[in-house]
Amino acid sequence: MDKLIEQFSFGLFFWQLLLFVGLLLLLRKYAWKPILGAVEKREEGIKDALEAAEAAKKEMQNVTADSEKLLKEAKAERDVLLKEAREIKESIISEAKEQAQVEGDKMIKQAQAAIEAEKKAAVADIKTQVANLSVEIAEKIIKEELSDNKKQQKLVEDMLGDIKLN
Amino acid sequence: MRYSLLSKKLTAVVFMAAGILSAQDHGAQEVETGAHDLKTEIKEYIGHHLLDSHDFNLYSYTTDAGEHKYIGFPLPVILWDNGLKVFSSSKLKHGEGVAEADGNYYTLYHNKIYKTDAEGTINFGAHHGEETHEEDAFGENLVVDDAHPTNVKPLDFSITKNVVFIMLVGLLMFFMFRGVANNYKKNSLPKGIGRVLEPLVLFVRDEIAIPNIGEHKYKRYMSYLLTVFFFVWIINLLGLTPLGVNVTNNIAVTFALALITYLITTFSGNKNYWKHIFWMPGVPAPMKIILAPIELLGTFIKPFSLMIRLYANITAGHVVLMSIIGLMFIFKNWIGSPLSFVLAFALSLLELLVAALQAYIFTMLSALYFGMAVEEDHH
Repeated sequence: MDKLIEQFSFGLFFWQLLLFVGLLLLLRKYAWKPILGAVEKREEGIKDALEAAEAAKKEMQNVTADSEKLLKEAKAERDVLLKEAREIKESIISEAKEQAQVEGDKMIKQAQAAIEAEKKAAVADIKTQVANLSVEIAEKIIKEELSDNKKQQKLVEDMLGDIKLN
Repeated sequence: MRYSLLSKKLTAVVFMAAGILSAQDHGAQEVETGAHDLKTEIKEYIGHHLLDSHDFNLYSYTTDAGEHKYIGFPLPVILWDNGLKVFSSSKLKHGEGVAEADGNYYTLYHNKIYKTDAEGTINFGAHHGEETHEEDAFGENLVVDDAHPTNVKPLDFSITKNVVFIMLVGLLMFFMFRGVANNYKKNSLPKGIGRVLEPLVLFVRDEIAIPNIGEHKYKRYMSYLLTVFFFVWIINLLGLTPLGVNVTNNIAVTFALALITYLITTFSGNKNYWKHIFWMPGVPAPMKIILAPIELLGTFIKPFSLMIRLYANITAGHVVLMSIIGLMFIFKNWIGSPLSFVLAFALSLLELLVAALQAYIFTMLSALYFGMAVEEDHH
């Protein structure tokens, strides 16, 4: 310890303190602050870039998920549409069939009714024609019968005879 | 742990080699006396290396005429002795001359400057005889006792070798890190030396500052932590170069650093910090009274331990490394010297680690103390 105190040089202490503090102040202004600032700025930049990349990745994932979802939805919608279309088609066909059936039946019935009416009309016509014919024939026969007197006499007598009977 | 095991193994190898060597020595007597002188010389050299110096010497040698020649350059000496005295350290002639400034005379003794008379007389305490003075004054190597000169010691603000290196490291750090900072204006990524320095800066931030101080408050302390980390590391590394500089081995330097840590800790201490010192919550009242002085003392001991740890680790490293290098010259033998060389090499690698480790520990503990000072009450 004595030797240490003996060895202690005040001049050296003074210069060391002065030069070191001077060096410290100079380096702080011209070296440490710019160096640490630049390093920090760079680290900040790297951190930001990494975060941005991470965010972009996430967004990308979101976008992919979204598009997949959209695709799925579109597919489902298409399926629904197709199904509906098929159903509609089937219902239209079956409806048409039914309608055709009904229409056919109706037409058949109408035809039958028409045929019946025609038949009736025809029968009636035939009846009138037959009646006319019969009258004509009867006329002709009567004219024939009544062409001579004798025959007329006879007829009157016959008729009178019939009346008597009644 | 691995490294200490390694050094233990190496030490064992050296001892074995030393055993072989002594068995081989036939002319033991002659070698022993020679080695003794060499040992003293090495010891002195190491002692000298650990001290600061007033001039910048790369190496010295003695000419055939017995004159010391120094290769290097002098540095300015600045003294405060009733006014500022400035002169070149070449006037002191490495402790062999007397420098004159404004009618006052100064000389070096054990690398410290004393005020003397025109002949450079150094006066000692009572237990020294009158006759030895003159001789001691000019031959510092001859003085082996711990005599304290009674001469006046002027306040010495000289630009010593260590101060020069503190300045150099400061300039180096300033231009290096300003270059790195300017690079960020153009590019967001580091270039060149910034590729090495940026991970270190981030290491201080992410491994030292944030875990110890906390996410929200660490920013205020980053400048100090970064400066102290790189300063201690670079200056420790420079100490391992053959320049022979040894800044963190000075208690004055580590004291200055620890003082700054202490001041920052004390001035950033919040209510909770002081409460834990003077009135420890959660313990009975008598214990609070006992704990208060202990805790208060603790606030001084913490930076004090920082100071001693850095100083002691670096000093120990240098002493051991230089001793092992010195062993090469003592062995002067085909087996001993290469062994010392290998050992010195391994130890240099270890010192490289210690240089970084001590910088890390100093920064880490400073951050820990700051963290304690700003910690919020969790009770």
